[in-house]
Amino acid sequence: MNPATTSPSPSWRKRTSKAVLLGWVAGLFFFALLVAAFRQISAGTEWIFVADAHRQAGDLIARMVPPRWSYLPSLVQSLLDTLHIATLGTFAAIFLGTPLAFLAAKNTSPHPLVRQAALLLIVSSRSINTLIWAILFVIIVGPGVLAGIFAITLRSVGFIGKLLYEAIEEIAPDPVEAMRAVGAPPPSVFVYGIFPQVFPAFIGISVFRWDINVRESTILGLVGAGGIGLQLDASVNALQWSQVSVILLLVLLMVIFSEWLSAKVRGFAI
Amino acid sequence: MAENGTDSRPAPAPAGAYPRHWRRPPAIQSALARRLLAAGLVGYLVFAFLNIEIDVPRLLQGLPRGLDFLRAFVWPDFTSRGGDIFRGVMESLAMTLVATVIGALLSLPLALGAAGNFAPRPVYHACRAIIALGRTFPEVMIAIFFVVMFGFGPLAGVITLVVATIGFLGKLIAEDIEACSMAPIEAMRATGATLPQILVYGLVPQILPRILGLSLYRLDINFRESAIIGVVGAGGIGATLSTTFDRYEFSSAAAILVVIIVIVLLTEHASGIVRRRLL
Repeated sequence: MNPATTSPSPSWRKRTSKAVLLGWVAGLFFFALLVAAFRQISAGTEWIFVADAHRQAGDLIARMVPPRWSYLPSLVQSLLDTLHIATLGTFAAIFLGTPLAFLAAKNTSPHPLVRQAALLLIVSSRSINTLIWAILFVIIVGPGVLAGIFAITLRSVGFIGKLLYEAIEEIAPDPVEAMRAVGAPPPSVFVYGIFPQVFPAFIGISVFRWDINVRESTILGLVGAGGIGLQLDASVNALQWSQVSVILLLVLLMVIFSEWLSAKVRGFAI
Repeated sequence: MAENGTDSRPAPAPAGAYPRHWRRPPAIQSALARRLLAAGLVGYLVFAFLNIEIDVPRLLQGLPRGLDFLRAFVWPDFTSRGGDIFRGVMESLAMTLVATVIGALLSLPLALGAAGNFAPRPVYHACRAIIALGRTFPEVMIAIFFVVMFGFGPLAGVITLVVATIGFLGKLIAEDIEACSMAPIEAMRATGATLPQILVYGLVPQILPRILGLSLYRLDINFRESAIIGVVGAGGIGATLSTTFDRYEFSSAAAILVVIIVIVLLTEHASGIVRRRLL
């Protein structure tokens, strides 16, 4: 303390009074918003059912517990279908999304207008959930595996496009410039200057999306787009909960498998 | 890998003569592994294409519907189902906000329990198991069960999103806690600070920006998910969307999709601004 100061000593504070006030107002606003949201959800809920929930849960578990293993053989084909949807959809998305990413990246895009169009395509693809794409394609191409593949493809294009164009924008410009300076034609610049730099990211992103797609393809059947979700939907509608538990265990195994495989491939590639 | 390719295989040319052309070394060194991989890939693609059934007449029949939908996107109809769309979107937003806040609050203690540098082994394994369970199944599948338990409506959706949020935030925050610097925490321990003091002054300042950033990111994801769990009856805009598709009201469906895309863009933009401001 400096003894010369007569007025109350100005102590150090992290924020100005205005910032503190602003913080309180923002907090209050957020809290009010939260209360309003709570009230709206509470208004849309049948509380009689909620009071009953623990009995329902116990009942559900009791019905699920001895899983009906005899149901397993009839699930093999839909299990394969699910994997096909995820894998073929990912392949198609890689083929569509990779060029899109190069059109969308600032340093490889041929024209700003093309870049904006590519970005718009990527955003639209990403904003719409796989299940919504699936509903759409069931209407267009009919129920079945093909609708599922299209749905997975259209959702994954945006995902792969976004992550890949961000990776492309981060490449080192030096090798590319050096190649241009010695007169390499654009295809060579691409093959030897740009692509090797994004290759590890490319593999990582593709495998990561495949892993997500395996998980997503298990539910596409709920709207008729093939895979194990069809059986899940049928079993839930028929209240065959012992079959549902078999399906859940199978999905669990598949998810663990895909996570293991993708971690393996990523560890190898990066 | 391709980038360390300058010191590739020994040159095939005779001693003394340098090869005239540089060749890019392959990504996979062993030729056998390369061929096996290619053969496996082609084999799988053939098998998969033979395995899926394609109904060509149905495909051709559906094409005009696809064109109808594209046309609807050019001229979306916001008015004829305006009330339903507004109510559904507001419900989705309310579900998103509540589920993200509750999920983030619940995931904090779980993340602490799932961090190897803080929790004792049994707690660590229990918390990791809970978090893994929340991440394994897709949201829609979880929603089916909560709809059976809690009845149709937004509450089932909120609980679904809370479970999914815990799986997501719990894992990522636990990894952040494990990655944080132990030096200040050990220093505090040495001076005899209690556990709550260590957490508040030693741990939280290190991970708070990441917690906020991840929660905002999850807010985006939760809104997207809240738009579809309505398909199985868990509230939100999904029920309206599914109905409009079932009734082939493509212009209303397109309107809903446009609203979803705009809100996703807005929240992404807003969370970007908030993240830059806070961090």
